[in-house]
Amino acid sequence: MGLINKESVKKKMGSRVAANGFAKFLFILATSFSLIVLGVLIYRILVEGLPYLSLDFITNFASRMPERAGIWAALVGTIWIMAVTAPVSFILGVGTAIYLEEYAKKNAFTKFVQVNIANLAGVPSIVFGLLGLTIFVRLAGLGSSVLAGGLTMSLLILPVIVVASQEAIRTVPREIREASFGMGATKWQTIRRIVFPAALPGILTGTILALSRAVGETAPLLVLGALAYVAFVPENLLSQFTVLPIQLYNWTSRPQEDFHMLAASGIIILLIILLIMNSIAVYIRNKFHKRF
Amino acid sequence: MKKMKSVYLLAVMSLILVFAAACGNKSEDGAAGGGDLSGKIKIDGSSTVFPIMEAVSEEFQAANPDVQAPVGVSGSGGGFEKFVRGELDLSNASRPIKEEEKTAAKEKGIEFTEFELAKDGLSVVVSKDNDFIDHLTVEELRKMWLEDGKVKTWKDIRPEWPAEKIEFFSPGTDSGTYDYWNEVILEEKPMRRDAQLSEDDNVLVQGVTGSENAIGFFGYAYYQANKDKLKAVPIDGGNGPVEPTAETIESGEYAPLSRPLFTYTNNKSVKDNEAVYEYMKFALENAGELASSDTIGYVSLPKEKYEEQLKKLDELAGK
Repeated sequence: MGLINKESVKKKMGSRVAANGFAKFLFILATSFSLIVLGVLIYRILVEGLPYLSLDFITNFASRMPERAGIWAALVGTIWIMAVTAPVSFILGVGTAIYLEEYAKKNAFTKFVQVNIANLAGVPSIVFGLLGLTIFVRLAGLGSSVLAGGLTMSLLILPVIVVASQEAIRTVPREIREASFGMGATKWQTIRRIVFPAALPGILTGTILALSRAVGETAPLLVLGALAYVAFVPENLLSQFTVLPIQLYNWTSRPQEDFHMLAASGIIILLIILLIMNSIAVYIRNKFHKRF
Repeated sequence: MKKMKSVYLLAVMSLILVFAAACGNKSEDGAAGGGDLSGKIKIDGSSTVFPIMEAVSEEFQAANPDVQAPVGVSGSGGGFEKFVRGELDLSNASRPIKEEEKTAAKEKGIEFTEFELAKDGLSVVVSKDNDFIDHLTVEELRKMWLEDGKVKTWKDIRPEWPAEKIEFFSPGTDSGTYDYWNEVILEEKPMRRDAQLSEDDNVLVQGVTGSENAIGFFGYAYYQANKDKLKAVPIDGGNGPVEPTAETIESGEYAPLSRPLFTYTNNKSVKDNEAVYEYMKFALENAGELASSDTIGYVSLPKEKYEEQLKKLDELAGK
């Protein structure tokens, strides 16, 4: 008696339950809003895109005739760009992360670098395009090539990979490092055999998500001078190229309805590529995730 | 340790796969074809001219499989920026080259020639539901698009029109279409600020379709592709109202909103690179027909115009 005033509890009960219900409703609304938008988007794309989707669509080059047009050059161009971007950004990104987490002294300079990397992740992609145009295309004389495009994309996603890798490395418990040192392992041995394997799932997940972003980027490559109509696939790293998002952008901006439908078909392909990449990320995380 | 190895394996395998997929196409490309012509042609520039050049490239490469003639879309300005550095053979433009671009070319020692490929008619459009508008004069267009706040409703243009607020739609400031409008209609004075601007002309089409009181302008191709939803306003440039049609645009009767679409050639490329000469020749012989096809929607120039330019090209190449 006296500890709980049943009267006042009872009095407030109605409004508390109502507030609870309201909060629930609000969050369901938030969730369903994005789900509905996504649903409508996918429905529209499937309705518009499926009629043109065929093997020919994948293996044909772009064309002025919608029924003959395809995405082969763009698809292969995208794969080429990824073939450059993936290794370069992985090696540089993970290397930076290992240095910052394991070797660098925690001083003002490291902090400065850290803050800059975090800020770089938020720089608009077109700025990286201008950087790439100045450095890779003109100064290094690479021209508007696959190599220049891939390197620019690497720069674009590097900050994301560095931050993700750092997070992953940080989650490796201190105890197992110390155990490793206790066994007489050197720092490099510990990093190579203990820390890196344990952090790899996190690192790979971050890398693949970053690569997915690169797959969908148009602006930096347009600035670099990537092309829109290409009737050949790249032969080597110095070939000119186009990528899927550029081809799609080009089709959606055309006046004729048929090109919009082609764009929808292309979007389906792009979605499939992204889904595959993200599934790989999920698979890796589940398969290699270790708990300590 | 075992797990570690399988991770490496997976990573290596996926990399190999990616590379294999990328390299696998080499052999297809080497396949020899009909014509003996070979080489590369660098083309970039206006996105308005792009559909024409895409069509020309497609047909030209079908006849000459060993020539690579890809086309970029950096915009008229972006194209000229590369062109004056000597990075391009052809620069497409939906406006004539500007003085400062000419100077830049001169400094780098780039000599160039202007070729006209086709015509576009900027179409002033309203919704199909708008039943009172019969035509507009250039003077009325200027009055309604200028930033001086005098025109708010249709009534402000002609007293017999309804007092409904007008909604304005215009291409974005980066486009050559905007530049052209600014020059011929607004005479370089600022456009009204409440106009909705978009770089995507399809957005303008939707905007104008969606409201009875909307007015907008864009390339003829966008009007043609949406004829069932839009009404083109006949324009009176001093000789009575003229509706934009293939005939009136070609003849120049649809004035002042018929605008030429250009490509600029680097003279040195035409002289030294046989492929560029042949490409330009092919372009001038076929651009009219290709540009006016349904999937592109521009308007051909009169035949003589192409013949004149072919002569100019031959002189340039010394043939």
